[in-house]
Amino acid sequence: MATDITFEQVDYWYQAGTPFAVQALKNIDLQITPGSFTAVIGQTGSGKSTLIQHLNALLKPSSGTVKIGDRVINNETKNKHLKPLRKKVGIVFQFPENQLFEETVIKDIAFGPQNFGISETDALVLAKRMAGEVGLDEALLKRSPFDLSGGQMRRAAIAGVLALEPEVLVLDEPTAGLDPRGRLEIMQLVTRLRQEQNLTIVLITHQMDDVANYANQVIVMGHGELIKQGTPRKIFSDPKWLEDHQLGLPSATKMAYELQQAGFTFKTMPLTVEELADQLTPQLSKGAISHE
Amino acid sequence: MAIIQVEHLNYQYSNSDTKAIDDVSFEIQAGDWVAIVGHNGSGKSTLAKLLIGLMAADSGKITIDGQELTPDSVWQIREKVGMVFQNPDNQFVGATVADDVAFGMENRGVDRDTMVVKVDRALKQVGMSAYKDREPANLSGGQKQRVALAGIIAIAPKILILDEATSMLDPRGRQEILAVIQQLKTDLNLTVLSITHDIDEAANADRLVVIDDGRFVEEATPDNIFNHGQQLIDMGLDVPLSEKLKDALQKRHVAVPQSYLDERGLIDWLRTSRLNK
Repeated sequence: MATDITFEQVDYWYQAGTPFAVQALKNIDLQITPGSFTAVIGQTGSGKSTLIQHLNALLKPSSGTVKIGDRVINNETKNKHLKPLRKKVGIVFQFPENQLFEETVIKDIAFGPQNFGISETDALVLAKRMAGEVGLDEALLKRSPFDLSGGQMRRAAIAGVLALEPEVLVLDEPTAGLDPRGRLEIMQLVTRLRQEQNLTIVLITHQMDDVANYANQVIVMGHGELIKQGTPRKIFSDPKWLEDHQLGLPSATKMAYELQQAGFTFKTMPLTVEELADQLTPQLSKGAISHE
Repeated sequence: MAIIQVEHLNYQYSNSDTKAIDDVSFEIQAGDWVAIVGHNGSGKSTLAKLLIGLMAADSGKITIDGQELTPDSVWQIREKVGMVFQNPDNQFVGATVADDVAFGMENRGVDRDTMVVKVDRALKQVGMSAYKDREPANLSGGQKQRVALAGIIAIAPKILILDEATSMLDPRGRQEILAVIQQLKTDLNLTVLSITHDIDEAANADRLVVIDDGRFVEEATPDNIFNHGQQLIDMGLDVPLSEKLKDALQKRHVAVPQSYLDERGLIDWLRTSRLNK
């Protein structure tokens, strides 16, 4: 059964009940539907990472409820029996390569499934398949994970989460620190996984171009609150609001707003370079069009 | 005057078959901002570690501020160089943000009153004054990086090396930090060496040095490098938006100029080419 995730009036306090209590989430209502691609954006410290740790009950709401499929999580939920959720919703944390530890890449990928009771033999078969899924060359699997490049380590860590065969894949800035080629490869991988394995994707990112290119739903966090929600087109249609909340625009959209100042008009604001070029071309004089 | 001189530098990791740095030579003039670019694994970070003496080169010579880098001179040279790494977790020592910023000065025997003033000023410059008494461990990645930069600013080095130091910051945070560095560079005649694959950071530099497979490829101004189109991806950089748009327009039979234009330049060209109704 496909897994829906629903937050109802979720509050979360760090160090609750102490003088150091800090409220990290305030009254969050949201829904993540199966097969969707949700981008979570917001400034550093806005509550994005706290939010995603509620997606598989690594954190439990201080008040309110999180429904993950047919499980309801609230502040009274015991830590027992949460394991199936961790398998259903896999989280790839920031700099996941810091969590690699086994002697070989293949053992590292197979570690997760064994934790969930799968035999070593089966886990290794699964690990090999997942390494293929993320595009890790078979020759690398017997190497130490620490001999891999940054992008390869990132793939190995993603394969380790995929080996749990989750329905929802959550990624916290999976391209941070990678070079542009590595970033593109990871985003293409995520897109392909979503299409081929019908995965639901939740992506925390600062890259507005990635939001424009890949997401169909955007959640904007600010000071622990969900301050806006909608399609990328809706979110990026209000540059003043984004500016006030210290958020950026996709690079093509930003340029379109500048071109508006120069007299160009746009029916809908372009989100990508292709959309921008489509709308600009008919507005150029004949002299600017080549007649080859 | 060259403040950094690198001559025929070589380095090979003991577990590798190939050289990580292969006969690299270049020099950097005092007061310049030079960005070293190259894809992941090209040898950029190895080069930075050799420059600050964290690893010793197999052969070749590094001269910093007129002094050759040797096991004897490495401590004196490090007095002149501040370095910020990609992952700030690896460089925190203090119990609070303020302690951490003060650490470098404590090592240099700065008196307490001066230290207090300098810590406050440095934290203000990176926009972290409100976090002075917080534990560094509880900060976000971007905030940690600002604190690390404040620690460097406080000791006012002659040379600042940034090893992918802005890669964890959000776009606005990155612009703010780059503006801070630009200001410091002017105020203190700081030489900046940044190792980066961020196009905005590279655009801030006076010159770019391109490294691939441990070898020196070319050195030029950002404008001269940015017109390399898709090759930029192989250099570890992104293609600038203006070049991507030019490419997309060309596919739609628009006769765009051949030479490199930055965004401002392309907008100007489009404005003059606009159909007047």
